[in-house]
Amino acid sequence: MRDVAVIGVGMNRWGELWEKSHRDIWTEAALEAVADAGVDRVDAMYVGCMSGGLFVGQEHLGAMLAEQLGMGPIPGTRVESACASGGLAFRQAVLAVAAGEHDVVLASGVEKMTDVDGGAATYALSTAADQEYECYHGITFPGLYAMMARVHMHRYGTTRKELAEVAVKNHAHGSMNPLAQFQGKVTAEQVMESVLVADPLRILDCSPITDGAAAVVVASLDAAKRMKGGAGAARPLVRVAASAHATDSMALHDRDDLCWLGATAKAAEIAYKKAGIGPEKLSFVEVHDCFTIAEIMVIEALGLVERGKGGGAAASGLTALGGKIPVNTSGGLKSKGHPVGATGVAQIREAVLQLRGEAADRQVKGARYGLTQNMGGTGASTVVHIFERIERGQGGMER
Amino acid sequence: MEVGIVGYGAYIPRHRIKVEEIAKVWGADAPSYKRGLMLREKSVPTPDQDTITMSVEAARHALRRAGGIDPARIGAIYIGSESHPYAVKPSGTVVAEALGATPEIHCADLEFACKAGSEGMFIALSLVKAGQVEYALGIGADTSQGAPGDALEYSASAGAAAYLFGKEKILAVCEDTYSFMTDTPDFWRREYQFYPRHAGRFTGEPAYFKHILGCAHGIMKKSGTKPADFRWAVFHQPNGKFPMRAAAELGFPKEKVEQGWLCPTLGNTYSGSSPMGLSAILDVAAPGDRILMVSYGSGSGSDGFIWRVTDRIKDVQKVAPQTRQQLDDHPIYIDYGTYAKYRGKIRKLAEA
Repeated sequence: MRDVAVIGVGMNRWGELWEKSHRDIWTEAALEAVADAGVDRVDAMYVGCMSGGLFVGQEHLGAMLAEQLGMGPIPGTRVESACASGGLAFRQAVLAVAAGEHDVVLASGVEKMTDVDGGAATYALSTAADQEYECYHGITFPGLYAMMARVHMHRYGTTRKELAEVAVKNHAHGSMNPLAQFQGKVTAEQVMESVLVADPLRILDCSPITDGAAAVVVASLDAAKRMKGGAGAARPLVRVAASAHATDSMALHDRDDLCWLGATAKAAEIAYKKAGIGPEKLSFVEVHDCFTIAEIMVIEALGLVERGKGGGAAASGLTALGGKIPVNTSGGLKSKGHPVGATGVAQIREAVLQLRGEAADRQVKGARYGLTQNMGGTGASTVVHIFERIERGQGGMER
Repeated sequence: MEVGIVGYGAYIPRHRIKVEEIAKVWGADAPSYKRGLMLREKSVPTPDQDTITMSVEAARHALRRAGGIDPARIGAIYIGSESHPYAVKPSGTVVAEALGATPEIHCADLEFACKAGSEGMFIALSLVKAGQVEYALGIGADTSQGAPGDALEYSASAGAAAYLFGKEKILAVCEDTYSFMTDTPDFWRREYQFYPRHAGRFTGEPAYFKHILGCAHGIMKKSGTKPADFRWAVFHQPNGKFPMRAAAELGFPKEKVEQGWLCPTLGNTYSGSSPMGLSAILDVAAPGDRILMVSYGSGSGSDGFIWRVTDRIKDVQKVAPQTRQQLDDHPIYIDYGTYAKYRGKIRKLAEA
């Protein structure tokens, strides 16, 4: 298998984009990624989208968006794995290049969620849970994550304020991200007094409904090193050090442990092995904080903290910018927004910016390894990637 | 020749329901609704009160303040409402009859979500200005309904305000008007539907704020005025929060908007909202005060007016029941069951 590098990234301002269509949003991000990569063509493209059908009544996105990009007849593939659709689309692009099938591939994600009302959006999102065994009983995602939070609080003594501190940290990070949906800071008190959604989760514990897209271009590492033109020539290269994907029980009640993300732990284990590093080598991580409790459980499953100790991480500053292991410097899903199909790709964009040293005010100094974790549903599917910065000419790799 | 308001009046039903009482039924978090909507309670019409009866009450108050002019001299009545009691059959003729203004009169019922009241005012004012009629009445009244459990149920309330326009004994001169409209579908009710539907958060930025701010900026630009030139301002009040945010964004300090800010204890009276707020301001205004009024109706549009209060105001303020007095004095609090009965949400078997 060939080594793969990310050579271009693109993303637009996320939010309630009422004046832009699904395809407009995607095309802006895709064109920016292609321009950033400095290439004049891609050989194939993958698009992660959870539910074009329920959100905008549009499926068959592979063909439609390839045409939209002006690059038909290249193969265009739509990838779906609920909220992990973007991360999984990226993995397909990486595999296609690694296998030698294609040389330059666009990986992207998009979701247009605000053309429907809250009830319809909640229904569309609930299709990521088990319809027969969960949804028929009236459960929604805030309800499922609220139960996970309850168990975590009961078993490990995680407090209501510790949940709030995750939102405080991620909004503080997001205040430095000009593309984030919400760029305002919040206090723990504001989080704890916000509208109750599913006890103990309040609205400021939840990621928002968002319109947005993100795209990246991948190529073989060898090809990336040969590229001399464009803005990329002077930048460090970003190598995909590991790509891993794992699954777990679809329904929450089938898990051995309601507050342990087995698929994330498994994908992380595979990724660390492939990359040949452990969590202690990571400079930063971007994780799937669809709810504050999710970030707490994810950092445990990634081995960044001991099992059951995730609650105190945000409050102690461990996971803040400047801390030992910054988590979600982009603002995370919480502040940056969560257009479900695009989220996994936007995490990768953030990792690339950090490793290139282009993250401006939220830059992690000297970042060398970064990890992204993107999950679907209550964690039934998880995609983990590890990225490594490679200086041009480093280790005699320049040809 | 100057044209303006020669009589004004409001009417508010005495019954109220608190946010807590509604939230209790739906298992909702009352404190967060109260904070989010900046709203504590709302008015409720009894079964024998509707847009027509409230319009009559408000119009009688307006006529009293106009110094007892002969109702036969009223040449036009326009009633703006989204809750006219009949789908087919005018409200205006009933009100005209009750006031003694028939038969030489022009009537029309208007509908433009929450903006219908101010458009009745605009048309009435314009006819007087054009010399078509001597006096004309513009009324905004509603007994609006929110679907059970919907966020609108906490705010949709009942009330009316009436304005008589003329050229003599003016109590507030109309210095300018300006309207601002686009096709923005944020809230609607189709025929045969009992409750309206709304597009959630879409009702904020691209709907309410775009039109309120667009209209306010437009009328100030047209008239060469700025917030400092106004003693008072009133904006449409779908909840308590939106008008205060609009005021802050426009640069109107709280003390200029609080008097007309009735929503926290009145709710959203739809077509009656900003006209009722204006009536509360006129109740306390002093000669020379300048007032900015901007309505909003979904669909969407805003009407803006600049009023300049005259010396006559002092003679009329206490002649009829004042708006805040009706709002604050002797409210009757009801429970959700009574509210459900009054609002036709439940019906006795024999009536079904």
